[in-house]
Amino acid sequence: MHEVDMTRCLLQALEDWRDQHPVQPCVEQVHLLVGEFTCVEPSQLRLSFAAAVKDTWLAAAQLSITSVPLVGKCLVCGNSYRPDPACGYASPCCGHPMETILSGRELKIQRIDYS
Amino acid sequence: MHMSISDTMNISLLAANDQQAQHNRQQFDAWGLFCINVMSSPGAGKTILLEQTLRALHGAHAMAVLEGDMTTQLDAQRLTGLGVPVVPITTGRACHLDAAMVSTGLSLLRQQCDPASLDLLWVENVGNLVCPAEFAVGEHCKLALLSVTEGEDKPLKYPVMFREADCVLITKVDLLPHVPADLGRMGRHVRQINPHCGVFPVSALTGAGLGDWLAWLGQQLLAQGRHHRNPPQHPGGLQRPSVTVT
Repeated sequence: MHEVDMTRCLLQALEDWRDQHPVQPCVEQVHLLVGEFTCVEPSQLRLSFAAAVKDTWLAAAQLSITSVPLVGKCLVCGNSYRPDPACGYASPCCGHPMETILSGRELKIQRIDYS
Repeated sequence: MHMSISDTMNISLLAANDQQAQHNRQQFDAWGLFCINVMSSPGAGKTILLEQTLRALHGAHAMAVLEGDMTTQLDAQRLTGLGVPVVPITTGRACHLDAAMVSTGLSLLRQQCDPASLDLLWVENVGNLVCPAEFAVGEHCKLALLSVTEGEDKPLKYPVMFREADCVLITKVDLLPHVPADLGRMGRHVRQINPHCGVFPVSALTGAGLGDWLAWLGQQLLAQGRHHRNPPQHPGGLQRPSVTVT
């Protein structure tokens, strides 16, 4: 379950952010962007985060995960499209392989809400 | 009155690992080392491929191996005796190597040799088609293996791994007469995900196709300004025939 290791990375980033503040902030919500074309299962990440922050300075923090769809761009017809695994991720108009990925690889900490 | 403040971050979730990976890469570059991260599902043939590749490149390149395994040092023991430093990294419960583990491996490697005297560093990752795809270790090149016994659909089922790979070796092609695998379909599925990836069918057991893999590797090294010290030796001293993906 690599979401545990991803949570560890997330906590490290949050601690680095906290250390920039003279007074420890009270984190209310951490907003993540998670692309569909990643190896992250949001429910597993939520579970792992909840377990990791229990009884810590982040105990009140909620995780908000926004899923980012996989969108490709066909280099033959120029259209953007939603690659479908059942169709081999190919461009629906001309069958060209998935060349350019416009979105879906995001694994980002987008925003932190705190007081 | 309760006031919430928002800080826009827009940083990678894996920033901590990425920073360590970048540090590893800087070390590799300072030492003049080309690092290859070898990934596959368990049992796809990473270790035997390394055995054959190390034999073939013996004398042509000075090499070392960081050998990742969840438990046991069996793979590291297999590679010991091939004339290169081998550092086992036992990950415990972790199903992949991360940049910090590789950094620890590099510290242990320095106890065995001067990394600046090496050309090539092989990192054999833990057998897994999911997690290793997301965790950079500082490598210059990602090599993914897919054996014919795993089925043609694996690139579509585990697309991130095959999208991330710079080269895919379809392994165990000596078993093709015995398994219902279509080599052409397998290769096409890889290229559906990653059209510009090098795809080479190989058998580490018979040596078939290894010449193509070594030629591809040689091109990568040449592009990096690295040259063979001596011509590579093909396994068994023979140039085995190529196997073509059609």
